[in-house]
Amino acid sequence: MKPAMIGVILVVGCLCALAAHTAQTPATTAPLGLPPVPIPEHNPMTRDKVALGEKLFNDKRFSSTGEVSCATCHDAEKAFTDGPLSVSEGINKLTGTRNAPTVVNAAYFNTMFWDGRSPSLEDQSLHPFLNPVEMGLPSHQPILDIVRSDPEYVDAFKKVFAKTGDGVTMTEVTRAIAAFERTQVAADSPFDRWFYGGEADALDVSQKRGYELFVGEGRCVSCHLIEQTQALFTDNRFHNIGVGINQIQDDVPKLAREFLQADYTKTQVDIKVLTDKRTSEIGRFVVTSGFDDLGSFKTPTLRNIAVTAPYMHDGSIETLREVVVHYNNGGVTNEGDPVNDFLSGGIRPLDLADTEIDDLVAFMEALTSPQFADQAKKQ
Amino acid sequence: MCTLHLNRREFLKGASALAAVSCLPVSMVELAFADRKKNFTFAYISDAHIQHIGGAKFVRNWDRGLIRAVAETNMLVPKPDFVVFGGDLAQLGKREELDHGAEMLDKLSYKVYSVMGEHDYYLDLGEYWSKLYGKQYYSWDHKGVHFITLNSVLTYDEWTHERWPSAQQRMLEMAGLDNPNGSPFMVGETQREWLKKDLAKIGKDTPVVVFSHSPIQKIYKGWNFWTEDAEDVQALLKPFTDVTVIYGHVHQVQYNQIDHISFHSVMATAWPWPYPESYAQAKSHLPKLTVPMNRADPFFERDATGWQFIDISSGRVTVEYNLYNNQNRTVAFDSDKKQPIDKVFQPVNKRVPPQTHY
Repeated sequence: MKPAMIGVILVVGCLCALAAHTAQTPATTAPLGLPPVPIPEHNPMTRDKVALGEKLFNDKRFSSTGEVSCATCHDAEKAFTDGPLSVSEGINKLTGTRNAPTVVNAAYFNTMFWDGRSPSLEDQSLHPFLNPVEMGLPSHQPILDIVRSDPEYVDAFKKVFAKTGDGVTMTEVTRAIAAFERTQVAADSPFDRWFYGGEADALDVSQKRGYELFVGEGRCVSCHLIEQTQALFTDNRFHNIGVGINQIQDDVPKLAREFLQADYTKTQVDIKVLTDKRTSEIGRFVVTSGFDDLGSFKTPTLRNIAVTAPYMHDGSIETLREVVVHYNNGGVTNEGDPVNDFLSGGIRPLDLADTEIDDLVAFMEALTSPQFADQAKKQ
Repeated sequence: MCTLHLNRREFLKGASALAAVSCLPVSMVELAFADRKKNFTFAYISDAHIQHIGGAKFVRNWDRGLIRAVAETNMLVPKPDFVVFGGDLAQLGKREELDHGAEMLDKLSYKVYSVMGEHDYYLDLGEYWSKLYGKQYYSWDHKGVHFITLNSVLTYDEWTHERWPSAQQRMLEMAGLDNPNGSPFMVGETQREWLKKDLAKIGKDTPVVVFSHSPIQKIYKGWNFWTEDAEDVQALLKPFTDVTVIYGHVHQVQYNQIDHISFHSVMATAWPWPYPESYAQAKSHLPKLTVPMNRADPFFERDATGWQFIDISSGRVTVEYNLYNNQNRTVAFDSDKKQPIDKVFQPVNKRVPPQTHY
């Protein structure tokens, strides 16, 4: 990690933490272009909690091999992703089925994971510890054994939660991790300075044309929202955009039926979707059993998208240009491939010219926050 | 976490409804369907409006709607006993359109009954459609219910046979909305005579379900949400204790009760229509019972389109609307009120306002 970047991230983190700590309400300071981070009432932000969360986030002992931490796949040096991997690698180099989404701005999502199967940051971090292709623990007990005995953790949990011994549970562990994750917010991009800050020359002409296409002919803004005062670049909804499911179309009825007939628990669902690629591709259907959710995945934010390649839930598309081409083709990556039966009604061929595709890519490259600008240059 | 258990109703509910239902003990759900032997379901797909552009090109949006409805219907668990296609398979009655649509419907893994729509009819007066689907009106019995399919989109002979210089123009005139050159739909005397004889063969307490393309009730004449001899047909059905009429054509949720007859519309797979009064600013007789469709987001081309599966329990119909990008709806016969009600949105304070102006 570059020293300069640590500084930036910590400053952002501390600002949010401080504001929340003193007011005990959602942070009021937010970078240009984003609203205050939503903070759940039961998990107020404090500086010590954030520090504890960061320590937990980076602790490799919470995996069966002692080699994998949260940070393995959500690496701060890679904008909290594991690029260029298309799908993540857990213990013993085992691979899952999905591309690690960045932690940056995850605080603004209403649901977690690509299929939204987890309702909050607090709930989300419970699952990778146990997944056999991620951190592979048989239960949460090994984590609790460590945080109840390691002197540094004992002190920290006492200080942050006023709890010791058996009083320290996964509730405290996941709350601390979530608090740390809520400090990872980033906006203030050239787009924000242009759109919200009134800096007329923060974008170049191609990026400005790209913006017009983004909110117009490209139909991007309907899911990647830009609003009057803020831009999350997500609608927090789920859509079948023709990625993944296109390759398993004949298997959909069988896979769907299996999920309807089996009595899977939440943990079993988590294991199923990350260990079986074909099951993974039916998307949010595993959560809701609704036809509307067949092959649908959460709209990711586009902030800092230029530094979080590869793209889509399965990391199957390497460049932003190829992503735009996929949409331009009406939901197929290679022109002429069959469209899947359950494609979202929002996806249709766009008929964009090559230069327009370039402009859209240029616009997305203007969504990089200052703390990731150096990283963007490397790519 | 509540676990999912296999139940057709839940299968089709949206996430929130699903959570609520699936938390019930299995036995409670089972109780609701105590006499399962008498219950059965069928699926209803309608108004695909497959439109030929030229060569091998068809309007993509309408294709996608029918493809999706067929694919989803094929996944129903348990399987429906049959599927009804409610008319307007084609947009301008062309062979290319009927063939292309029929090819998609052929992928259904169930028996299909077809209803004639005006878009299928007015180019060649149903000739090619009949080659594909046979009789234009017919009846059959299934598990104690008498089913009848009518061709309700006929009109006056003079309009049909003498007024237009070409078949193409006749088709276009009938396809227009608020068109002064149009003509009201009707079942006509020949079919009414047939219907009378057909109904004479069954007991008055036999549940009767009628499929027609246009509503056998009068709602808005300018769009042919209308059947000119509706009252005459209703009079033939009136002696029966338990009658349901299911119609397409209107591309929106409607339901009504007239005497013993329950009316239900089904959705289009192609596009939604606004309610006439909001669009044409004209008087419509939209049934008072109807809770209008929830407002749709036009970005999602499939929003406010869909298909339905229909549950027949003791001869009464429950229509489950499977609506893409929108909340699914259930309209069921309420035995206390003796009329269909929307299971969720009937109370005024539960409704999602539809679009009422343009």
